[in-house]
Amino acid sequence: MTEKQKKIRHLSQPKTAAEWIYRLRFTIARRFVQFCLLAFFFGSARFGFKVADKFILSGDLSSSRILDMIPLADPFAALQRLCAQYWLSPETLIGAGLVLAFYWVVGGRSFCAWVCPMNLVTDFAFWCREKLGIKTNVLSLSSNLRYLLLAVSLILSLCTGIAAFEAISPQGVLWREIVFGGVYGLLSVIFGIFALDLAVSKRGWCGHLCPLGAFWALWGRLSATKVKFDNDTCTRCGDCLKVCPEPQVISFKDAAKVGMIRSGECTNCGKCVSVCPENSLKFGIRFIKDTKKTQ
Amino acid sequence: MLRKGVQIGAVGVGAGLLWGLFLQKTGRAQGFVPRPPGALPPNEFETACSKCGLCVEACPYDTLKLAGFKDIAAPGTPFFEPREIPCYMCRDIPCVKACPSGALPHTFEDITKAKMGVAAIDHNSCLSWQGLRCEICYRDCPEQNKAIIIENHPRLLSKHAMFVPVVMPDSCTGCGLCVHSCPTDRPSINIVDPEKFLGKIGDHYRLGWKEKLDARAVPEAPMKDAGKPGGLDFLNSELP
Repeated sequence: MTEKQKKIRHLSQPKTAAEWIYRLRFTIARRFVQFCLLAFFFGSARFGFKVADKFILSGDLSSSRILDMIPLADPFAALQRLCAQYWLSPETLIGAGLVLAFYWVVGGRSFCAWVCPMNLVTDFAFWCREKLGIKTNVLSLSSNLRYLLLAVSLILSLCTGIAAFEAISPQGVLWREIVFGGVYGLLSVIFGIFALDLAVSKRGWCGHLCPLGAFWALWGRLSATKVKFDNDTCTRCGDCLKVCPEPQVISFKDAAKVGMIRSGECTNCGKCVSVCPENSLKFGIRFIKDTKKTQ
Repeated sequence: MLRKGVQIGAVGVGAGLLWGLFLQKTGRAQGFVPRPPGALPPNEFETACSKCGLCVEACPYDTLKLAGFKDIAAPGTPFFEPREIPCYMCRDIPCVKACPSGALPHTFEDITKAKMGVAAIDHNSCLSWQGLRCEICYRDCPEQNKAIIIENHPRLLSKHAMFVPVVMPDSCTGCGLCVHSCPTDRPSINIVDPEKFLGKIGDHYRLGWKEKLDARAVPEAPMKDAGKPGGLDFLNSELP
């Protein structure tokens, strides 16, 4: 920056369908993954849809099986039940271990952007905010509030003997009632969270309150897949900050130092990657140094 | 620093208390509900259950369902309503096998030992107890002659005896087939909470006449073909 001022450019609005698809490639991929997972679970529960006499995915996000065989379990739900003084079954431990290992590879909060059904609701609310130009932020919350709620959920589990967040989790209700049927809970969590994000607090649920997101954010500090940052090409245009659902994670100073977006709160949604005019942001593995620069 | 600490503490405690209040409603069942066979005792069950619905998917009769917010059971936990679809007591117990969390322990292997609840008869509306010939609950009971027996009661004004069903709580699994098939408008037999319904007689009572009967009872003579393989326990089991 000091030696020569770089010229700031912005990506132009895509014109053709192909350009739009390319621009939205990560969003399309995320929606695809989210809907595929929902469809697999839904098909197993409602229609008994099987391949080779086995369910592809059965259960729900708290606990499930792939092909009736490989167990998966939500590690945060398991942790709460552990706090509630219940010794977990071996299957839950294996399942939670597998899920932790998987998200260690793909990035902790990848769950939030790529799997969680509530992401559909909150992304839609955010999109509506942008389109309608809603600027109100009645409740300006700290994005660290979620860590407090994470602690509260674990303490409550300990005190009451019930997995505290699992008992009220809006995404749990959303997923369960889509997959297994139910109307009242489904509508109330969709509209409740939508209203919160739209009119009360910008990115209120996913960005500030959700303890599950907080759990994955803590795990994401260690995880392998990160958005890599190339300081040499970056012009500080700030386009990434405008689209990022968690803008506090983009700190140019820190990113320039370590060459990536280090914060665990990054959801690996890829919005910044697709909007960056200089291709300074790319998905990469934290341990692999970018070789392009040396050649 | 202190100001910030007080703020964080206040938000944490406030959120925790409100949340805890909400948990009273959503965390535990608000009364008795029949759970899947072999389930842990009520409070432990809600702690252990991961609300994944794998037991619901495994149930071949669509008996089990996950509770919603309007149900007595804690939202997301499995239960069934015997009047709609009772538990048909599958011998291989697929719901227990499906459970990943240990809320339905895999050590539970004999479905006839299930205690999903206990059947209780309302004598004032039961057709058999009024003197009609019904006995449908007795016929439908999968533990016939063990969980529901028929007693003959003499009648005051007629030669014909009454044939009344009586529940034997020790053998009753709470499957609810009797509730499902009871022909009265509202079922005259129901699955109820054993904890609340069943009494305990007390050790100091002596039922002398029963002791006499027991003393007189002759041990059953072994059957002629005792060594041979027996009949079928279930219609869908294979011949031995």
